[in-house]
Amino acid sequence: MRPYLYVSLALIFAILLSLAIGSVFIPPRDLLAVLAAWLSGEALTGRLATYGFIIASIRLPRTVLVALTGAALGTSGGAYQGLFRNPLADPYLIGVASGAALGAVIAMSVRWPYTFWGLMAVPLAAFIAGLLTVFLVYTAARVGKTVPTTNLILAGVAFGSFATALTSFLMLRSTGEVRRALGWLMGGASQTGWLPVLGILPYLLLGLGVLLLSGHTLNLLQFGDEQAGQMGLPVGRAKNVILAAASMATAAAVAFSGVIGFIGLIVPHVMRMWWGGDYRRLLPLSLIGGAVALLLADVLARVLLAPQELPVGIVTALAGAPFFLWVLRRAKNQGYW
Amino acid sequence: MLNIQHLSVSYGTRRALHDVSLTVESGEALALIGPNGSGKSTLVRAVSGVIPVQGGEVHVDGLDVLAAPSMQRARVMAVVPQAASLPPAFTVMETVLLGRTPYLNFLGHASDADEEIARRALQRVDALELQERPVGELSGGEQQRVLLARALAQSTPILLLDEPTSHLDLHHQVGLLELVRALVREERLAVLITLHDLNLAARYADRVALLVEGRVTAQGTPEQVLEAGLISQAYQLPVSVVPNPMDGSPLVLPRSPLPPGQTGR
Repeated sequence: MRPYLYVSLALIFAILLSLAIGSVFIPPRDLLAVLAAWLSGEALTGRLATYGFIIASIRLPRTVLVALTGAALGTSGGAYQGLFRNPLADPYLIGVASGAALGAVIAMSVRWPYTFWGLMAVPLAAFIAGLLTVFLVYTAARVGKTVPTTNLILAGVAFGSFATALTSFLMLRSTGEVRRALGWLMGGASQTGWLPVLGILPYLLLGLGVLLLSGHTLNLLQFGDEQAGQMGLPVGRAKNVILAAASMATAAAVAFSGVIGFIGLIVPHVMRMWWGGDYRRLLPLSLIGGAVALLLADVLARVLLAPQELPVGIVTALAGAPFFLWVLRRAKNQGYW
Repeated sequence: MLNIQHLSVSYGTRRALHDVSLTVESGEALALIGPNGSGKSTLVRAVSGVIPVQGGEVHVDGLDVLAAPSMQRARVMAVVPQAASLPPAFTVMETVLLGRTPYLNFLGHASDADEEIARRALQRVDALELQERPVGELSGGEQQRVLLARALAQSTPILLLDEPTSHLDLHHQVGLLELVRALVREERLAVLITLHDLNLAARYADRVALLVEGRVTAQGTPEQVLEAGLISQAYQLPVSVVPNPMDGSPLVLPRSPLPPGQTGR
């Protein structure tokens, strides 16, 4: 149980940090006072009322969105690594990100009215295009009734390059919206308000819920499809379910938060190095760990060049890569993968 | 009882198995021998339902194995794979417990009873003291015993072993096969085992089937199948067969190949 305790404490710390830090710094004592007042139903006055407003309307929705996005990336990264039995796999491996980016850029080139559906057009287009890409990749990789892993990865890379090329072409041709699209591609368009959280939630609950129940299946798949089948797993169906769930969670995360690299790759690896390769434990740990990692990166993105905000994707790579190398050097368990 | 009837398998246009029919009774070990590429491993994979077959049926005590869902199949038939690379991070106990999968729900929560069965399986293969060790740290012989324990934890009447001795030294080869023979005698398992070593097949199998280019060209007692003419032809190599001085089982001794144009007879 100890690993869960550690990551949960880290999550609480990261959430408090994310609520406290921004253009207005909220001292820890005031932050706790606001939270305590909310819990007990008391009214806030004076300074605390201002802080309460900032937290409730800006920081809390953003914190929840970032945490959900990180959780989705960490969990689906772990699931993809297990599904493909490939340590290089990440949530974007089979084209979700490039497809979603293409969808988003296409949607951005249209002047949508400033209405609910106008605001939702970009994330919806990203979500649909991401899932569509995975479907196309899956169909292209199929041989008869089976979907060989190598085919899936190769088709994903091919479709991904194609979509990326189209995206670049569209961005060259377009004018005004390029900056916005570029920011989104680097994982910076963290939108505010509760709307994105509500938009992302159903897909995340479904996708992550299925993944959290797939630990035993992923354990069996580590022995290869044949042995898994001989131990009683309906391999084809099980792999399809995991693929669909991970892709849905990733697409939902990308749609509202942009393309954020590295979280989905390194969080599962760090969890695996520290606490072993049992997927029944690895996936929940990667879920919480992913939320922690992205929350911390998002806080850094807010403070490093304040008042300007960095795209969080830059921070995850800048901070994540050295951290990962450090963990890799220190890994005691050589055969952890 | 394992009953394989008219099994045919193709890889693309190449026929890998051609109308293979074999039966294995409980309390009996059938060794499958044959040159490289003759289809021994294909037969194990086809019988265990992990590759598509073009024709034929496999029955275990009335259950149509190839038509059954994989869970049901895994309750009657367990496979010890060929020199598998095991995920190194799992412990021995975790690995053996996965053998209980056909009796668990999809969450894979193992009960105390399941753990007791896994422990007994480990004890049976004399590897109980390894239970906490990561599989990646084990020697080849130890890994093979763990895989056998995992198959035993499946509690099946049928056991298929695919070249279980190919990566073991002499000591561990004999140890593993002694263990398999004991399981056949004491637990009345029906064992189908593919073997490269003809002399081990002769010593440890009750019956032997010879597979050549996807067809069963001979089956019967070791004395009937391990006969100089049949073996010479199957392996394209002249051999002599002499009685084993220890127990009288046939001992196959290869001779130098003859110059081209002459037959092995």
